[in-house]
Amino acid sequence: MEQIVFIGIGEYQIGVAPIVIATLGLGSCIGIAILDPISRIGGLAHIMLPDSSTVSDKSVRSKFADTAVVDMVNDMIRLGAKRERMVAKIAGGAHMFGLENDVLKVGQRNIIATKEILNRLRIPISSEEVGGSVGRTVHFYTENGKFQIKSVNSLVHFI
Amino acid sequence: MQQKKFVLNEEDMDILNEIGNIGAGNAATALADILNGRIDMAVPKTILMKFNDIASIFGGPDNLVAGILIAISGSIDGYIMFILEDKYATSLLDLVMDDSQKRDTCLQISDIDQSALKEITNMISGSYISAIAALTQFDINMSIPYLAIDMAGAVLSLPITTYGEIGDSLLLMETEFFNDDDKIIGHFLLVPNLESYDKLLTALRIGE
Repeated sequence: MEQIVFIGIGEYQIGVAPIVIATLGLGSCIGIAILDPISRIGGLAHIMLPDSSTVSDKSVRSKFADTAVVDMVNDMIRLGAKRERMVAKIAGGAHMFGLENDVLKVGQRNIIATKEILNRLRIPISSEEVGGSVGRTVHFYTENGKFQIKSVNSLVHFI
Repeated sequence: MQQKKFVLNEEDMDILNEIGNIGAGNAATALADILNGRIDMAVPKTILMKFNDIASIFGGPDNLVAGILIAISGSIDGYIMFILEDKYATSLLDLVMDDSQKRDTCLQISDIDQSALKEITNMISGSYISAIAALTQFDINMSIPYLAIDMAGAVLSLPITTYGEIGDSLLLMETEFFNDDDKIIGHFLLVPNLESYDKLLTALRIGE
């Protein structure tokens, strides 16, 4: 049986196949799964905020999209992965309540920041399920790169 | 946002707990009126909790809950959330709607049921907030209620991200309401932002 590692809000985990990395109840947060399919080294980050540069307390780099992705990718490279082979899948970034205030649409800002940093690192996004107003639990299978999504109003599915 | 750490001493906690007690007492009365029965409440607590531990109050981050959110603004800013696990939310609706329906899950409730959950939250929040406003002489406005029926972790993501810029913990004032036979357990959370805690404390220290 494969090993499943659960990560919490603002954390990331990397590992070698067949490790499965999972996180529960993503709302406006985003699950960013990255895999190098050749070395089969993968990682999953659960980011909660878009941008470390606007925040005074940057001490926990893994909770921001920009710094979490950079750190996770560097850790994967240290383990033997190659950045030019990496592919990403992303899920989350929901807007859970109908509040109109723009500042509060952190889900949308998380999606934009996540795509920006992946683009800057030239890591293509092969599939995504972002936005909407639904929470998501995700499992990332490093064995085959499948990203499993479960939400309260849909069946378990893979992207 | 300014950098600020959570430095509440025991006296501050006592003051906040007392505010919570007065607000929640009022809210419990409102809830008892709605339910036409007795409502008990646990002693309100001011809690500093790590983001990753909060969802455990509601059965874990992927447990299904009904969460109703009201934004507050004015003299203090923040959120009110009333959160019930799925089975308790359906029991609450069975009791309040009095239509001899037996609801299985909130995922399939009608628009009228959804409105009822919002209106209940509106009423108990109004009681809670007006008690605090009277005590502090603050002007506090409430938004309309918003409902999400979803995983606890996702429902909590709004207050969590608000605090995410300044640390890894959420400071909240929590009250647990339950009815006679424990068929209904609801958690009422007041989550003021950090500046608002200062304002609350200052207002009440001067009053001493």
